Amino acid sequence: MQFDVAIIGAGVSGALTARELSRYNMQVALIEKGSDVAVGSTKANSAIVHAGFDAENGTLKAKLNVEGTALMPQVCKELNVPYKNIGSLVVAYSEKEMQTVQTLYERGVNNGVPDMRVIDKAELKELEPMISDLAVGALWAPSAGIVCPYELTIAAAVNAAENGVGFFRNCEVKGIEDDGEYFTLDTAQGEIKAKYVINAAGVYSDTVARMIGDDSFNIIPRKGEYYLLDKSECSKVKHTVFVCPTEMGKGILLSPTVDGNVLAGPTSIDIEEKDDVDTTAAGLKLVSDNAPKSIPTINLRNSITSFTGIRAHTDRKDNDFVIGQSEKNARFINVAGIESPGLSSAPAIGKYVADIVLSLFPCEKKADFNPERPAPVRFREMSTEERKALIEKDKRYGRIICRCETVTEGEIIDAIQGPVGAIDMDGVKRRTRAGMGRCQSGFCGSKVVEILARELGKNVNDITKYGGESKIIYERTK
Amino acid sequence: MLNYDLAVIGGGPAGMAAALEAKENGVEKIIILERAATLGGILEQCIHAGFGLHYFKEELSGPEYAYRFIEKVKATDIDVKVDTMVLTIEEGNKITATNNVDGLIEISAKAIVLAMGCRERPRGAINIAGSRCSGIMTAGTAQKYVNIDGYMPGHKIVILGSGDIGLIMARRMSLEGAKVQMVCELQPYSNGLTRNIVQCLDDMGIPLKLSCTVVATHGKERLEGVTIADVDEKLCPIPGTERFVECDTLLLSIGLIPENELTRMAGIDLDRVTNGAVVDEYRQTSKEGVFACGNVLQVHDLVDYVTIESKLAGKGAAKYIKGESEKGEYIETQGINGVRYIVPQKINSKTDDDVNLYFRVGSVYKGAKIVVTCGDKVILSKKRPRMCPSEMETVTIKKDVIESIPAGEKLTVRVEE
Ligand SMILES: Cc1cc2nc3c(=O)[nH]c(=O)nc-3n(C[C@H](O)[C@H](O)[C@H](O)COP(=O)(O)OP(=O)(O)OC[C@H]3O[C@@H](n4cnc5c(N)ncnc54)[C@H](O)[C@@H]3O)c2cc1C
Repeated sequence: MQFDVAIIGAGVSGALTARELSRYNMQVALIEKGSDVAVGSTKANSAIVHAGFDAENGTLKAKLNVEGTALMPQVCKELNVPYKNIGSLVVAYSEKEMQTVQTLYERGVNNGVPDMRVIDKAELKELEPMISDLAVGALWAPSAGIVCPYELTIAAAVNAAENGVGFFRNCEVKGIEDDGEYFTLDTAQGEIKAKYVINAAGVYSDTVARMIGDDSFNIIPRKGEYYLLDKSECSKVKHTVFVCPTEMGKGILLSPTVDGNVLAGPTSIDIEEKDDVDTTAAGLKLVSDNAPKSIPTINLRNSITSFTGIRAHTDRKDNDFVIGQSEKNARFINVAGIESPGLSSAPAIGKYVADIVLSLFPCEKKADFNPERPAPVRFREMSTEERKALIEKDKRYGRIICRCETVTEGEIIDAIQGPVGAIDMDGVKRRTRAGMGRCQSGFCGSKVVEILARELGKNVNDITKYGGESKIIYERTK
Repeated sequence: MLNYDLAVIGGGPAGMAAALEAKENGVEKIIILERAATLGGILEQCIHAGFGLHYFKEELSGPEYAYRFIEKVKATDIDVKVDTMVLTIEEGNKITATNNVDGLIEISAKAIVLAMGCRERPRGAINIAGSRCSGIMTAGTAQKYVNIDGYMPGHKIVILGSGDIGLIMARRMSLEGAKVQMVCELQPYSNGLTRNIVQCLDDMGIPLKLSCTVVATHGKERLEGVTIADVDEKLCPIPGTERFVECDTLLLSIGLIPENELTRMAGIDLDRVTNGAVVDEYRQTSKEGVFACGNVLQVHDLVDYVTIESKLAGKGAAKYIKGESEKGEYIETQGINGVRYIVPQKINSKTDDDVNLYFRVGSVYKGAKIVVTCGDKVILSKKRPRMCPSEMETVTIKKDVIESIPAGEKLTVRVEE
């Protein structure tokens, strides 16, 4: 198989880069070692579209964050992904912290963040009624928002595929050879050739860079643990609520999610293993001890799950994103060290990387590029009239599979049958929310397994949670 | 729009008993809406014996118990829609439901009985640290895989929680050839019936570890083992007692939560302890004409008690539909001093019958008394050899006593040691 460009890694960076490149007349492959897109850092993070006042002035991080955040509403509209422009608050609890707020404000202004304001206690109370009485003021950044990171990534990958990008999953890249014109990627599914390679492999981007002898950076995986709280908590948090950053990081935040839950976290701990997504008792305790400091009434006992995300932190002094042609090979482009605000920056990263590719490999725009991903059916968001009409068209939308999130059989079939469709339980869950609610798939799990097996023509005992050995059930009973 | 006198949401033992009782009390048009493919509710997967000893005075399996009610429902003109999910309950007792045969169904009913049952608490509710690999599920989910679908969800098993579902599944999985390593219980006592501990663990040679919990799960893809640890009196893991137990499956039996999403949507008042609706002696909720019974109202120990409660709701609904409900003042009930909650939470002063108060205590008591008072007056005092949180207690308050209670007074139930 021969391509012009091979993108290694189908996280939000890889998927949005693929979508950008699919505007042009070139052959693009999106290659992912996992069983689905969005299974790395992109799967588990704070889901915040940051305003852009955190990164130091003049860095790529600052530039791409502000640009990405500005592009996000349009991208989400085209891809039919829920995005909410709720704004963020950095809350100060002392006059000293108000100075930090002032510093962030100035940095934000220099980075080009629009409409920020330093607000006093009264205005803060008005914006965030449940905020702690100990708060003295805050930085209000109305351009910040929230988005569902995996939905954005899935939608971008689907759109890219519909515009001609080849998607390869369960396809780990194990080695790379270069003959000066073509790279040959040795993958879990055989050889794939490409003139240009984009390394968007997340926490493994150093490993992939090493494959062409580039050792200019190392990734230090950094764990972040969260609680996801039940929808019953969502009335207590209106905006993304940060505490003031310290040397230790951005601290424990509280934020609504686009689906109406509340996120509390993350911790920040450097770890050894890149795939160590275990939660720890100590980490979760840190979250539950600190979350109520901003909103004292928040009830961590209403958590429905906890999870861990891994940041791809580099050992570079400048702490910046590593995006650009490798010093070892000009046809190899690194998109590495994409830690926060990588999600916010992703639309801008896609464009930035596409520009680099085009500068090396000039190409015409496709006449028939379609920027839209059709909105998936969302039964739970429909009115009674819409539901009636839908079920009339196809009765499978009348059968509820997931009770907690009101997901129908029709929606699950769509998620499996569509381009870049789901092939396992987590894939269905990320596309439809089936199993994501209060009972965490206790009721619908076995039905989803059956539907997956039926639609994919597999045996039920071959269906996994997320590929590999993550089987759900074994043999038939006696 | 379909018009009914009574719409029953949920076709488990609670819904069926309520519908049948309403029918017997002269209600004409009744419909039962059930989201599963058959009537019977959770009993359908409980293929072990131990049901019906109180109500039928004989020992039945879950499906047998359910079957008796299903047959009775079939013999009436009660309408039944299975595979049908109720989506909303709106003002004026309007219900929308959906299935893949009729599509969207709109129903208007004079009265509604809520009988949606309960669900198991998932892992997230207790936040065990570790990986999110496959092989971690509730005991009920495993029960469904084995008993209904006919699949083995694992081979080497650790069970957390010694409630009855956990115990039953320990035996069930062993009988299917799995190795059940142990049952861990956070409390210093089991939450299950003694007969289940003997028959399901002792007879099968499965160890029960009391004051012990699972603190972490391990495994990148499928579960490979768990770390267990002993806990102190405050139920906190004791550092240094952690040990690894190999297993490919962790079954959680860590409690049940009434499924009250629809109840909440309908704006009905809920009790913070039971997580079910606040009801009167006929199980009428804060919304007139809406009743609740069975595990959606309070988690019961035995289905026999569900049946008894549901008949009350069916009778109450019938009285309401026929315009025969009592119109008195409400007397509130209140549990204090070791009594965690009481159902019903209020009693009509003009009730037409004796009223049973159901409640649970907060810890284990030996030889303590249950005392019911109204103001300074002791109404009832009964000695109990043993009381524990896992066994529901009941006392009966006579009709004439209720009638004699002055308006505005409370009935208080407490434990006296
Ligand atoms: C705790 C936490 C909180 C965060 N919060 C926010 C936030 O609120 N807002 C924000 O803007 N950003 C946030 N981020 C950052 C954001 O999540 C990341 O910047 C973004 O998801 C990175 O995407 P990516 O595509 O670069 O990497 P990834 O999502 O990690 O994708 C890399 C992909 O490459 C694949 N891969 C690796 N090696 C190979 C190989 N050899 N062959 C084939 N495929 C391979 C992996 O399987 C993976 O799917 C947060 C991150 C973390 C961890």
